[in-house]
Amino acid sequence: MIMWIKGLPRIFSVGERLTLIPADSTAGRALVTVIAIMTFLATLTGGSAILVREASRDWSATAAREMTIQIKPVSGRNAEGDGKKIAQALQDIPGIEDARLFSREESARLLEPWLGSGVDLGELPVPTLVVVKLQSASPSTLTTLKDRVRQISPAAVVDDHRGWVQRLERMTGALVIVALMVLGLVLTAMGLAIAFATRGAMAGSREIVSVLHFVGASDHFIAREFQRHFLRLGLRGAAFGGLASIIIFLLSGWLTSRWSADPAGEQIEALFGQFNLGGSGFLTIGFIAAMMAMLTGHISRKVVYRQLRRVG
Amino acid sequence: MCGDAFLVRFENVGLRYGSGDEVLTDLSFAIARNSFQFLTGPSGAGKTTLMRLILMSLKPTRGLITLFDRDTTTIAKDEITAIRRRIGVVFQDFRLLDHLTTYENVALPLFVQGREERSYRAEVTELLKWVGLGQKIGAYPPILSGGEKQRAAIARALIVRPELLLADEPTGNVDPSLARRLLRLFVELHKSGTSIVIATHDLGLMDQFDSARRLVLGEGRLHVYD
Repeated sequence: MIMWIKGLPRIFSVGERLTLIPADSTAGRALVTVIAIMTFLATLTGGSAILVREASRDWSATAAREMTIQIKPVSGRNAEGDGKKIAQALQDIPGIEDARLFSREESARLLEPWLGSGVDLGELPVPTLVVVKLQSASPSTLTTLKDRVRQISPAAVVDDHRGWVQRLERMTGALVIVALMVLGLVLTAMGLAIAFATRGAMAGSREIVSVLHFVGASDHFIAREFQRHFLRLGLRGAAFGGLASIIIFLLSGWLTSRWSADPAGEQIEALFGQFNLGGSGFLTIGFIAAMMAMLTGHISRKVVYRQLRRVG
Repeated sequence: MCGDAFLVRFENVGLRYGSGDEVLTDLSFAIARNSFQFLTGPSGAGKTTLMRLILMSLKPTRGLITLFDRDTTTIAKDEITAIRRRIGVVFQDFRLLDHLTTYENVALPLFVQGREERSYRAEVTELLKWVGLGQKIGAYPPILSGGEKQRAAIARALIVRPELLLADEPTGNVDPSLARRLLRLFVELHKSGTSIVIATHDLGLMDQFDSARRLVLGEGRLHVYD
């Protein structure tokens, strides 16, 4: 607890530690701003990577539980009739939750973005679709399903979305790697900024360092004092940056939930999920911000100690 | 011989900056335990330089310096800190930290040793009263007078009860009456067992304590008058 002793001029304060490196300076404020911006970028990158990874997991899970059976129109066969039979036959297979034939209107709606509205699909070789929802994608269920489909219609093709899921996983993996690289670049840039700021602070505090040496302070002690000073700046900057990032994510989540009523909002939500980071996401932001602050203190200590040893 | 009797010993010490002439030549002297000496000479004679050699902030270009029985060339950087804690130093320009109060400046040598504030609070306050700064403990150096700064700098040097006190022109910024009081303070400290080296060119000050040894620097050489 920090409290001033009443009735006395400022001699000391209970619980307060002596600050040997002056806290407030223009350079210090500039460094807080740099750390805040770097933390903001780092946490934004980290949070976005988490969002993409979570959305990809959702997509993969949904895609893995769904299958599409295409019955291509072949002369001499009734594709829609085969579709109905398939949908009915699949209902009895254990592990299949539902199998539903897509109506012509639903298929037309799917093609609307490319062909426009009011197209008569009867004149086009459009396959009939049966959408299957699985309770579990066990290999035995899939084998039984494929056998049953082949028996009913040789023209039917089963698409279990595996290729699409693999491509999606590769893409999200690449995005996460890019995010990690951006994070690495941000950390490197911040490390360099701190190293320069520390050297500047040392040059500005040469007199203080000299006095500390003469009154018996070790290099370790002086380096720790600088670390404490920069850790304070780092904590302040990281708090600002992390908080700004949290506000951005909360605001985005709120806005997407508001916009989800219209088609554009629906598409964004389908692509990115709900912009909802969740508890672990916000914890990650807190962790990154704390790491930035700790890194600030650690780098400054290393720089000061090395400089002091070099000066000798 | 350099036993317990001597805190500092110089043997044929020389110092030059770069490739210039030697600024200090063939210095050979010793500072005994519990001794009192004035280091004098004209301005620019090298008094401060000599003190910096004792403080190991300068390295001699030749000769041997022994501090507390240790050859300074064999002292590791980490050990310098331990040796400096045995030496109190009063700088000519005080070197008080402007963002710390008088109390904090005086307590600094104890703080850097990692001592808890409550363990030295009474000690520092008492010393500040003793040097006449009892009313200024919460004041910052920029608002102190020259004499007050001088006394704060002296208190900072004394707070660790050093075995050796080096004071560079400690009366240079004060009136004669305060100079006498400060000298009495050094004499008291000497009586309590500290070796004192006062660098000064104030002949009046030296005459007030004429039993003290005089180390006179001139043209880079040292003459000792016991």
